[in-house]
Amino acid sequence: MARLEGKVVLLSGGASGIGAATARLVVREGGKAVLADRDEAKGRALAAELGPAALFVPLDVIREETWQTAVAATVDAFGGLHGLLNAAGIGVRNTIEDCSLADYRRVNDINSLGSFLGCKSVLPAMKQSGGGSIVNISSVLGLRGASYAMAYCASKGAVRALTKNVAMHCAQMKYNIRCNSVHPGYIDTPMIAPRLDQNIGNLSGRQWLEELHPLGRLGQAEEVANMNLFLLSDESSFATGSEFVCDGGLTA
Amino acid sequence: MDDELAGRVAIVTGVASGIGAASASLLEQAGAHVIVADLNAAAAGTAGRFVRHDVASEDSWKALLADVLAREGRLDIMVNNAGISGGAGTVETTTVENWQRVQSVDSEGVFLGCKYAIEGMKKTGPGKAASQGSIVNIASVAGLIGTGGPIAYTAAKGAVRLLSKSVALYCAEKKYGIRCNSVHPGGVDTAIFNPLWQMVGREQGKAVIGAHHPIGRMAESEELGHVVLWLASDRSSFVTGAEIVADGALTSGLMRRALRGPS
Repeated sequence: MARLEGKVVLLSGGASGIGAATARLVVREGGKAVLADRDEAKGRALAAELGPAALFVPLDVIREETWQTAVAATVDAFGGLHGLLNAAGIGVRNTIEDCSLADYRRVNDINSLGSFLGCKSVLPAMKQSGGGSIVNISSVLGLRGASYAMAYCASKGAVRALTKNVAMHCAQMKYNIRCNSVHPGYIDTPMIAPRLDQNIGNLSGRQWLEELHPLGRLGQAEEVANMNLFLLSDESSFATGSEFVCDGGLTA
Repeated sequence: MDDELAGRVAIVTGVASGIGAASASLLEQAGAHVIVADLNAAAAGTAGRFVRHDVASEDSWKALLADVLAREGRLDIMVNNAGISGGAGTVETTTVENWQRVQSVDSEGVFLGCKYAIEGMKKTGPGKAASQGSIVNIASVAGLIGTGGPIAYTAAKGAVRLLSKSVALYCAEKKYGIRCNSVHPGGVDTAIFNPLWQMVGREQGKAVIGAHHPIGRMAESEELGHVVLWLASDRSSFVTGAEIVADGALTSGLMRRALRGPS
């Protein structure tokens, strides 16, 4: 049986990487996927490829009104909203000494404020639809620190914490809405592409990142998408406020 | 020991009340020269040298560090304590404006505090012993669990929890001799609870919140001040990148939560 039959899922960052891989699984499993992204060309192309079960909507995660438009378009097209994947995000390398206040704010706005606005914006439609599941993409760097990703660590720590806050609020209010965070290791997506060619010592950037993981390789977007699929489906009906780690053993 | 921190210079932000005031006072008793930095001039005269300061303003941080390096000539201890709760916003009621205001104080303020503390600690005056730097960031159990506070505050404390680790790792790799840790208090009887005290009365409110803590009571500010003092001193010399939880076992076990339906 299709695992997401009858479910409508909105995916921020749905045009590429983990968001796109999850959108493919959502459609494969009988659900509707709304690809919400700033990259209109890529988003429309993927929506066209996925067919009538998919839709592209433009989204700038830090602008609340674009979230509201995206939710309205979702309900208009598919009659409800049962899932949200907050996958939009940026990865920036900086340290406590070289990060400017403007950079700190930009990273936290997109990754943290963007996730908060996603959660806030979907709740009315999810309540109307009888409940749902929110999946926030944090990172292993929301669990552990890294000297070279100070602002990113802060933003993903914020996502980890706000996820629990949303989960507890929805539980107390009896909304039948769950909220969990996913913590990927280094996944072979456009986000880390700039790092793959930057040599560290006698290792290529790719080798250095691969060797961080006990499994000895980078993760694939589909592997995180499979975890997201589980969390978006009713198979995870007793999981809320939790941290789901998908990192090839990195934090073990 | 009364002189354990003799010769050390400390900055404590947010000292008009609570944990900051207690920390400043205990650091001073241990022999440190303390600069108390606060927006509120009412903080002047409690302990140490008062400097009016806005943690959310980078210009204010630059001025504070220039002043301390000119007058004291060194910096050893930075306690990033200033914070606001931002009111009782949930995921449904919090506005972008409220979110940004809370982040600017609770998250950006700590980021700037760490950044300028490192700069200051590296610029210890000539002819003086190198700084044994310690940065103490006051987070909250709200950075650990979902029911710890309003969502904007929770997110900011989650950010502080992780940025503290990044700072600790960076300073360790650079061999700066600077440690950085986060402190996660449970309920502490401070001014942050004033709105609640006004509603139900202080003693009544303290009893209700205290009952959520397995230890059966809220903390007094001095109890957190002692945690800060320990982290600031060389007694914690191998402690860096750590989350120091001081919460009366609030986050240790399974919590029975009050059932609350839609109202």
